Amino acid sequence: MLTILLGVLVEGFAYAIMALGVYITYKILDFPDLSVDGTFPLGGAVTAVLIIAGVNPLLTLFISFIIGGIAGMITGIIHVKFKVRDLLSGIIVMTALYSINLRIAGKANLPIFSRESIFENAFLARIIPEGLNPFLDTIILLIIVVIMKLLLDLYLNTKSGYLLRSVGDNETLVTSLAIDKGTVKIIGLALANAFAALAGSIYAQKSGFFDISMGPGAIVIGLASVIIGTNLLKRNSAVKATTAVIIGSVIYKACVSFAISLGMAPSDLKLITSVLFLIILILGNDRKRKVKANA
Amino acid sequence: MLELRNISKYYNPGTVNEMCLFDHFNFSVGDQEFVSVVGSNGSGKTSMLNIICGSIPVDNGTIAINGTDITGMPEFKRLKRIGRVYQNPAMGTCPNMTILENMSLADNKGKSFNLKWGTDKNRIDFYRDRLKILNLGLEDKLQIPVGSLSGGQRQAMAMLMSTMTPIEFLILDEHTAALDPKTADLIMELTDKIVREKHLTTIMVTHNLRYAVKYGSRLIMMHRGEIVIDRAGDAKKSLKIENILDKFNEISIECGN
Repeated sequence: MLTILLGVLVEGFAYAIMALGVYITYKILDFPDLSVDGTFPLGGAVTAVLIIAGVNPLLTLFISFIIGGIAGMITGIIHVKFKVRDLLSGIIVMTALYSINLRIAGKANLPIFSRESIFENAFLARIIPEGLNPFLDTIILLIIVVIMKLLLDLYLNTKSGYLLRSVGDNETLVTSLAIDKGTVKIIGLALANAFAALAGSIYAQKSGFFDISMGPGAIVIGLASVIIGTNLLKRNSAVKATTAVIIGSVIYKACVSFAISLGMAPSDLKLITSVLFLIILILGNDRKRKVKANA
Repeated sequence: MLELRNISKYYNPGTVNEMCLFDHFNFSVGDQEFVSVVGSNGSGKTSMLNIICGSIPVDNGTIAINGTDITGMPEFKRLKRIGRVYQNPAMGTCPNMTILENMSLADNKGKSFNLKWGTDKNRIDFYRDRLKILNLGLEDKLQIPVGSLSGGQRQAMAMLMSTMTPIEFLILDEHTAALDPKTADLIMELTDKIVREKHLTTIMVTHNLRYAVKYGSRLIMMHRGEIVIDRAGDAKKSLKIENILDKFNEISIECGN
């Protein structure tokens, strides 16, 4: 039971970082960004190659973050400068990244089991007592998730963060402030995809391999986490939206894990993912309708 | 000095629906003039504002501020010295952000939006003082999202926000049209006060002939992309609603309104 719980937390936290990115695009920017499906595995591919080349695992997190940001920026530039519709810009980048990821990794599955990672390295082996080992992954992930959440919260309270929030809220106001709204959108997309690639890097290090199949469906997991989190905790103003997204991600992974324990095969994973997402959307709509009927 | 010279603007060019709105249209506003613009629907009032602000491109002609050609300048750059308030109160504020955050945003116009704190704590008292002018009690609700305010309250905030930083021009696009008569009066008085206080060059489009006559130093009436009445100075002061109403009716009948 404990193993299952820890497994859910580990998965939930790893995907929560990507979900924070999806929160930026979907909730703050109001931009349906599908490039996440490409940038999440991009982080994984870059990390696997770098780790095999002997780069410090912590450094790979940083590099993945930057590279994901560049990919997001490309989505933004396609949308803003070339006036391609938001959804299509994401699809273009996502599709291109599929091949790029294969090129980076060299093949569809690149194992890094035996290498040092942020979860298994000489430093941790020295300072962490034996007894803590089963919890180690969860603790490390929790620390990273909390750091990323706090950084995002901080950013959203800066002048630049205010601008990001207002561009999704009311573009006209941003123009009125004598700011190019396109630039703000590009920054938002870069940030969101940087989060996604960082999550991909962590995910690859946790699972011990990069696999091309980690991409498709990532956006659905991210969206589901954001929607579960923000809907469930909507009335609770003490919980920040970013925290809600993390909780949403864990709940979502728990649901998936529950479905698998009922006897679904691991190959059904994407089916479960999308059906669960559909159920969440329908439940969300249902609640809205009730509110309207009572009003 | 703001000038529109030989402006031509076509809608749907090259199609059967082609419509020429402006054909060599000329208009200029002197410094610190307060121009009220009236006219029936489709006369080109809002299009004129959009052309000044750069929201829509022109097919011909030049737009100049103090002699500098700004025809090719993108909208967001022009708005550095222009404040604009829209008919829809939702356009001038961010509904999901708090009153304080909205005020902070507006206060930072023209400065860098960097990684410093979004709200400068030392400015909060200043924001409170500005909000107090409105007499709506908003100064005690700094932490509530603007989306939960009424249309009138939001428009009042939009008015404050658009004129918070030093600007030269104020563009008002039927900014009282969506409000109830009493709130509209309030916003109009606030407008007049701010315009005087900040010595702004103002262009106000309105359907309210009473406001057009009562406020401002100049009145123009537009019809089919042309200016049919233009009164400034004493001629504007002595203008009565009846004077322009006759012309207005004449135009409206012509248009079948």
